[in-house]
Amino acid sequence: MHTPTSHAFKDNARRALGDPQLQQAMSHVKKNFIEKRAKAAARLPEFEALRDAARSIKDHTLANLDIYLEAYEAKVKEAGGHVHWCADAESARQTVLRLCRAAKARTVTKGKSMIGEEIAINDFLEENGITPVETDLGEYIIQLRHELPSHIIAPAIHLTKEQVADAFREAHTDLDPNRPLTEPRDMLAEARAKLRDRFLKADVGITGANFLIAETGSSVIVTNEGNGDLTQILPRVHIVLASLEKVVPTLEDASTILRVLARSATGQEMSVYTTFSTGPRRADDADGPDEYHVVLLDNGRSKMLGSEFAEALRCIRCGACLNHCPVYQAVGGHAYGWVYSGPIGAVLNPALIGVEEAGDLPNASTFCGRCESVCPMRIPLPKMMRHWREREFERHLTPPRHRLGLKLWAFLATHPALYRLTASLAARLLGALGGKRGRFAALPLAQGWTAHRDMPAPEGRSFQSLWAAGNRNAGKQP
Amino acid sequence: MTDSRASVLGNIRQALKRGAPTAEQRQQAANRIAAGKTNLLPARGQLEPKAQVTLFQKMAEEAAATVARVNDPAAIPAAIADYLARENLPARLRLSTEADITGLPWSTRPLLEISKGATDGSDEVSVTGSYAGIAETGTLMLASGAERPTTLNFLPETHIVVLSADRVVGALEQAWARLRGEFGAGNMPRTVNFITGPSRSADIEQTLQMGAHGPRRLHIILVDGEAAGGS
Repeated sequence: MHTPTSHAFKDNARRALGDPQLQQAMSHVKKNFIEKRAKAAARLPEFEALRDAARSIKDHTLANLDIYLEAYEAKVKEAGGHVHWCADAESARQTVLRLCRAAKARTVTKGKSMIGEEIAINDFLEENGITPVETDLGEYIIQLRHELPSHIIAPAIHLTKEQVADAFREAHTDLDPNRPLTEPRDMLAEARAKLRDRFLKADVGITGANFLIAETGSSVIVTNEGNGDLTQILPRVHIVLASLEKVVPTLEDASTILRVLARSATGQEMSVYTTFSTGPRRADDADGPDEYHVVLLDNGRSKMLGSEFAEALRCIRCGACLNHCPVYQAVGGHAYGWVYSGPIGAVLNPALIGVEEAGDLPNASTFCGRCESVCPMRIPLPKMMRHWREREFERHLTPPRHRLGLKLWAFLATHPALYRLTASLAARLLGALGGKRGRFAALPLAQGWTAHRDMPAPEGRSFQSLWAAGNRNAGKQP
Repeated sequence: MTDSRASVLGNIRQALKRGAPTAEQRQQAANRIAAGKTNLLPARGQLEPKAQVTLFQKMAEEAAATVARVNDPAAIPAAIADYLARENLPARLRLSTEADITGLPWSTRPLLEISKGATDGSDEVSVTGSYAGIAETGTLMLASGAERPTTLNFLPETHIVVLSADRVVGALEQAWARLRGEFGAGNMPRTVNFITGPSRSADIEQTLQMGAHGPRRLHIILVDGEAAGGS
């Protein structure tokens, strides 16, 4: 099982910045995600209004979460399926194991599921003699490398194709060691061939869910590869892993959110496969699973619902906040040390694994606000990171020097006369010390800044004194 | 099991700062579900029927599907044979058992080798019908059933889909309305697939590759016919 390393974010980040392969792999993010999203959003005039509509749907659902979950459960049962309520990761793991054992399962195919990662189901099944096989190409690659996903929708984004080729050569020892494996298409073909047989022979298929529909009892998956569909139609038993907040009232509600999901995630108008599954195969169906189970996981969500982090439960896991985050772009997903990364990881991880473990993540932000500006569900991510910083401070998890600095600043900020005096003295002192060069290459207490760039020396009068003098346009660009 | 259900629901209610929902609160949610109200509908797909079909084709092609148009269902076997020859694909087809598909005049193309039913993965080309086409995004909608195995939509390398032009609607919401009319509100076929172009993956260095686990090719035969645009 992957022990979280979120507490070591600073070391992780430093290592990531010095990793040339990671930096090369991360260089693809901008062109592929950011530009495509912008184009897709610009092409649909209603995009911004759809974001508002999507937010309202989730807010309404969350305010009535118990009611919609009960309605959903009733419809699943009506369709012949089962819902297993699980308070935490351990109970979800035990439920999945029980279902696999009842099915006498030896191999389990898996569609991509962040809940699967959250409860670390693969390691658990393996420990219990059941072989889990990830079938999404990215997940398959990181399973071979025993890694966590470094991105919500592109789990292997941190790897170069050479690293993928190495992983394939090491794992697929039955193939000719001298086979050409230089281009992504060779590797895709190899994975497709390797996994085809696994799909056909698996006893149980486990998928995630992008939505649960209260109206019909359906679970919905959104994929581009088709692996999720092969996972849920071929084996005898289909298990869906889903967390509470995935439920929406109607098919129309899911349709609205689908319009912002693919565009925000990959810039597609619609992902290739969007599939609604309802119960097991019907008596006269030509194919499909005999059993249909939903493992419905809380794992900290109900607690979030009653807190200042409730709005994060609107998240639809598109990954846009990761793609647009300068910190994520620089260090990649693994530096965050657990399943979720980027701005949403900085908000979710402290809630799910504790602020003691993941308290450093909300500090890994410049508060530039790009995450909130692209979030299709308009989650106020920077505000939530600030809430975590407050909690961290309240719980004395902040280092003593930071606490002292913050206290000093708070004292000055609440004494305006003293603040102005101190600020003007400091500005004049630094201005004089900066001399002709006008900047500092090193400053006491600010090595973190000056290690990477010069600190400009203050010049002229302070903004407040200019304001007081009536020169209100002083700070504006010409 | 019952215990964890009660405790999860209890925790949610505690977070919402209320007890079990009142009958009125439940009724409100039930009403919202029953209303099946369309939220914001983008203008793009809301066109007159002929323009919807044109938009469907354009968007499907943009998603890397190929589209051939025929005026008469009787011309479908010939259109498929031409496609297979052009793409250098084997002249062996696995058909869904829908009457609309099996009833086509396959004997007019005696070189096509025909079999029917769900696939075990050994078939290279499948032919199925479709429930609807969504103009807004060029998306096909397929519903599973006794005569419509889902495996045909995913296992073969090439998936050929017959879509009648009068089944093209503007948006997902209009397809749901049609499905409810047929299956009854709140009821769904086991599997409803929305398919927009052929399978793909960009998981290695963000380089887009076609044909991941699903079909490498998605070919749509759009049947205009007499009724086209008339419904």
